[in-house]
Amino acid sequence: MSQQDNIIETHDNKGYLNMELLRFTTAGSVDDGKSTLIGRLLYDSKSIFEDQLEQVAKSSERKGLEHTDLALLTDGLKDEREQGITIDVAYRYFATPKRKFIIADTPGHIQYTRNMVTGASTANCALILIDARHGVIEQTRRHSIIASLLQIPHVIVCVNKMDLVDFKEEAFAKIKEDYEAFASKLDVKDVRFIPISALNGDNVVNRSENMDWYEGSTLLYTLENVHIGSDHNHIDCRFPVQTVIRPKNDKYHDYRGYAGRIASGVFKPGDEVTVLPSGFSSKIKSIDTFDGEVAEAFAPMSVAIQLEDNIDVGRGDMIVRTNNMPEPTQDIEAMLCWLNATGPKPKGKYILRHTTSEAKTMIKEIRYKLDISTLHRNEEDKDVKMNDICKVMLRTTKPILADSYKKNRNTGSLILVDEGTNETVAAGMIV
Amino acid sequence: MSNYNLTHIKELEAEAIFILREVFAQFENPAILFSGGKDSIVVTHLARKAFFPSKIPFPLVHIDTGHNFPETMKFRDELVAELGAKLIVGSVQKSIDDGEAIEEKGKSANRNANQTVTLLGTIEEHQFDACIGGARRDEEKARAKERFFSHRDEFGQWDPKNQRPELWNIFNGRQHQGEHFRVFPLSNWTEMDVWQYILSENIAIPSLYFAHERKVIRRSNTWLPVSEFIQIADDEEIVTKQIRFRTLGDITITGGDESSADTLAKIVDEVASARQTERGNREDDKRSETSMEDRKKQGYF
Repeated sequence: MSQQDNIIETHDNKGYLNMELLRFTTAGSVDDGKSTLIGRLLYDSKSIFEDQLEQVAKSSERKGLEHTDLALLTDGLKDEREQGITIDVAYRYFATPKRKFIIADTPGHIQYTRNMVTGASTANCALILIDARHGVIEQTRRHSIIASLLQIPHVIVCVNKMDLVDFKEEAFAKIKEDYEAFASKLDVKDVRFIPISALNGDNVVNRSENMDWYEGSTLLYTLENVHIGSDHNHIDCRFPVQTVIRPKNDKYHDYRGYAGRIASGVFKPGDEVTVLPSGFSSKIKSIDTFDGEVAEAFAPMSVAIQLEDNIDVGRGDMIVRTNNMPEPTQDIEAMLCWLNATGPKPKGKYILRHTTSEAKTMIKEIRYKLDISTLHRNEEDKDVKMNDICKVMLRTTKPILADSYKKNRNTGSLILVDEGTNETVAAGMIV
Repeated sequence: MSNYNLTHIKELEAEAIFILREVFAQFENPAILFSGGKDSIVVTHLARKAFFPSKIPFPLVHIDTGHNFPETMKFRDELVAELGAKLIVGSVQKSIDDGEAIEEKGKSANRNANQTVTLLGTIEEHQFDACIGGARRDEEKARAKERFFSHRDEFGQWDPKNQRPELWNIFNGRQHQGEHFRVFPLSNWTEMDVWQYILSENIAIPSLYFAHERKVIRRSNTWLPVSEFIQIADDEEIVTKQIRFRTLGDITITGGDESSADTLAKIVDEVASARQTERGNREDDKRSETSMEDRKKQGYF
């Protein structure tokens, strides 16, 4: 590779490299202006290329529109453009000098719960759109309940279409008040409100000149500055083993590294650890990466851990701190979001996947269905269909190293896979 | 207290390494689709990191259209030798000779569609159950819909309406006999991320990415390299320009940009101020508004 050596030079790359990553999801019904908002964020932050914009301008013209419809930027598939529908989640990317952003762009209408759950599972932040003319509606409540169930750390309520209510402060204040009254029943810690007009760009990237009564920050500024450093769990040390690295070559003849990604907590060489489910204890000998040993490793780093003692460790095992362990259990109480067109079979058997481990499981009992508009627990109706959220009791064939989802999003989440079709049929959160 | 935050590049790296290890753990017979372009080079670099100090446990599969840049081939062979990796070549020329693929005719003829036939044939011949690729969601609108683990049916087809939901960091690679997965560890990376990573890790890439003098012709708003595979019309003039390529595909379809970026640092700066998408100069994408989607549905990577 000598051809390149002479063209490498030191470069001040710091500005680009020292950025954090924020993952957010957008929720709102079809006409709330979700696509327009995403288009506006991309456009005003100069994240759209000229050839993309040209394409959108052409499509807008063909549709007989007077303005360039920024919403068209996000419909990637032929069927979506032709039918004006959005199929499944898409991911968008943009960056400002301060942060990189990943948007999980979820379709608003059909299959909304399933899609929102998918987008929300990895998000630090949820944007919930409300049409300023209609205020808090059933859909707003549903989205907020899902955001709460999935423990999205930050929620930004965007009161959109302020241009259609003459940019009046009272309209915004009323919605904020209504939302706060309802959200007090939820488990959402950080909620902010921003009055915007996605169509015209008021308070999205640039401050609105039409709402001088609003003293808060713009949407982009909020996204750039919301504190995400505490979103990872740095307390409970959990290291699910993905695979074992054994080179068996001359140089690394006795090397045995447990490869994985730290789910939570901070690990250091010398730490007393226990391997679950076997229960053997040892000490961390080293934490290795391609770039050398590290003095500590934390979520979400991918590393390899070597232990002082030669004990049997394999995929699906978990290395944890001896004084802080998850509960090995075969009986799991979980909230499930059903994702599949075929509902759960009575006493149905599935494959449960939790971190890197897998076990056969049976849905022993459906406790109740949750009405995601009212939070009402319906214990009578147990006919679970796609997009339903229910509480279940699962029984597994081997112990699962469970944490509650509330405490740990990585070791508290699971999926169910249908043995026949191999499809992922449910997303679960351990209670 | 220490600062337990990863920069976005380190977070993307950790995510990609996690995915590569999941592929190794969940599949019997995975391979890396290696084109010699920057994305597959970065994937290979990440695979090296994921299994260090072991060697990369996947063979590299190159679907060779026969219309390559000679620089890409030289780079490929040097890298394979350096890694001590196994290289498997699927030959489009052979698919054409065997009558499985039919070569396009005409001025803009290229072998892009033929690639799919050879790719699927190679997957079947070697019984790969997972093919790791360097595709990114920011590349193209149809790719924005792609999953990390992309399920393909027994014909290698992608069905955008029937994708498995992907939640948290739990990936489901279970499949029936004859089906396979395409896996994209760089899904969440942008073009800029890839360049920053290449710069910060000092990863070797083919010389084509750096600006250099080259014989080209002007066609459909881009500078197409002159080669033995291209038919040049009477009204097309061969000129020498300072050219660099932003993406690498076949020599017949990859348009270059006029540029003076002859170092990685200058490339990063150029990409940062680019006003056109990366694939804007790819003849294969310009065939129709849905060319990428259509190709993916048929089994393209």
